[in-house]
Amino acid sequence: MTKKDESIIEIAEQEQPSQSETPGRFTRRSFLTQLGTASLAVTTAPLLHSAPVQEPEPATEVIPGADVPGAVPMVLNINGKEHPMALEPRVTLLDALRENLQLPGTKKGCDHGQCGACTVHINGRRVNSCLTFAIMHQGDKVTTIEGLAQDGELHPVQAAFLEHDGFQCGYCTSGQIMSAVALLKEPCGQDDAAVRECMSGNICRCGAYDNIVAAVQSARRGA
Amino acid sequence: MEAFQFSQASTVNSALEAGRSQKETKYVAGGTTLIDLMKLNVETPKKVVDINSLPLAQIESTPDGGLKIGAMVRNSDLAHDETVQHRYTVLSEALLSGASPQLRNMATTGGNLLQRTRCYYFRDTAYPCNKREPGSGCPAIDGFNRIHAILGTSEHCIATHPSDMAVAMMALEAMVHLQGSHGERSVALNDFYLLPGSTPNRENVLAPGDLITYVTLPPLAKGTRSHYLKLRDRASYEFGLSSAAVAVLLNGNRIERVRIALGGVGTKPWRSREAEQALEGQEASENNFRAAAEAALEGAKPRHDNAFKIELAKRCLTRTLKNVTQSASNE
Repeated sequence: MTKKDESIIEIAEQEQPSQSETPGRFTRRSFLTQLGTASLAVTTAPLLHSAPVQEPEPATEVIPGADVPGAVPMVLNINGKEHPMALEPRVTLLDALRENLQLPGTKKGCDHGQCGACTVHINGRRVNSCLTFAIMHQGDKVTTIEGLAQDGELHPVQAAFLEHDGFQCGYCTSGQIMSAVALLKEPCGQDDAAVRECMSGNICRCGAYDNIVAAVQSARRGA
Repeated sequence: MEAFQFSQASTVNSALEAGRSQKETKYVAGGTTLIDLMKLNVETPKKVVDINSLPLAQIESTPDGGLKIGAMVRNSDLAHDETVQHRYTVLSEALLSGASPQLRNMATTGGNLLQRTRCYYFRDTAYPCNKREPGSGCPAIDGFNRIHAILGTSEHCIATHPSDMAVAMMALEAMVHLQGSHGERSVALNDFYLLPGSTPNRENVLAPGDLITYVTLPPLAKGTRSHYLKLRDRASYEFGLSSAAVAVLLNGNRIERVRIALGGVGTKPWRSREAEQALEGQEASENNFRAAAEAALEGAKPRHDNAFKIELAKRCLTRTLKNVTQSASNE
């Protein structure tokens, strides 16, 4: 039984009561997370019983990732919040978001700048987070799909994608939305053809393009 | 991806110092080529120097009426710059035809000049490649070579240079300004790129540790019109199979001065003096445009899958000349 396992189980135990208190907050992601931790709890239960009971360690100011060989301490500003962390220089911004900051809304599609699923904003400009190292963005303001909604209100582009059904499987959607939000402030012609050109960095393999264009145009009219 | 040492430079001198301290050092700017190729293990630098803080992100008019473009100016900023849009239209059009808005927000002027080829065999380390490993062979010559070059090729390499921006800059007779261990120097863009010959691993005149600091564009004669046309497998977000950059000055219907470069067909951005000579002093007519296109492609050497590019490039150049001279005479 390692320390890491204990901490995961601890989180699972903490999450259960709060979930029963607010059943309306049950999401697909929280379900999957619960499923993972629940099965872990089941498989490690016998070990847990045989292990001596330990007091939880006092909270210390350990930077997440500092124990990884070659990791460099850094601070990333994501969605308005500073995150002290330590990462290897070769960790892309995309991997840092998904694997280290638990912000999996930004998707990994091709991982080579060819699909746009990983689109985020850096200082308000849209970029492919798969083709840049996290360590290059200390001092930058990074915005991800998780940072668009304000005070529980969807961003108008998010609302437009819902209203116009601008997706099918949804995997490219966060990248599409991040691109569309940036597009509102970019030079882009008025007609649908111009929107298609300005959105061409985001591939949708379901082919929801017609509805995506409708959503973008609707959001632009409201903007 | 292989691990590497990382450092950040805030001045050109500190970048140069970091650049010459160790072999196999790479500067990273936008990262859109380098990081892509590092993931494929095509690039395996031991040290990476981040140059994003260098004060080289300005676009300035020069006293002679030209333009000085910092190496760190992003492709999107250059494309939307008012001076570039109005005076160097071909450059704005070329930039906007390349990659995607996200990539253009990242990619820099200096980095775009150093883009690596999209040759499938170069990008796949399971195959030999003379560009990657000199002397190992070229599977493209007898392999799948639909996207490969027909001009400037050698028996060692037929990889196409992928940049659009550089094709426009070739027609604008750009100068590249470098700094390195031997101080500062300036090279005409046409001389900056090297033909593959027997050393396809050497793509340009940069020595290890050299840094591109600026690109300058000479002034264009008043009344000069320019245009970029790119043909590709899909309408956007795709590398060109054939493209043409033209800057032309008309006197009535006579072509006084013209500069022509082709993309998607050459092992480097392809300046065609043959086409320019065929046109200067001639009437702007479709027959003359076609004759110039024939001259431009005279030395083309097709392979199994890319013979179509010869006719495509001719039509691309003919159409570009027609578009730009029509827009000029409509003024």
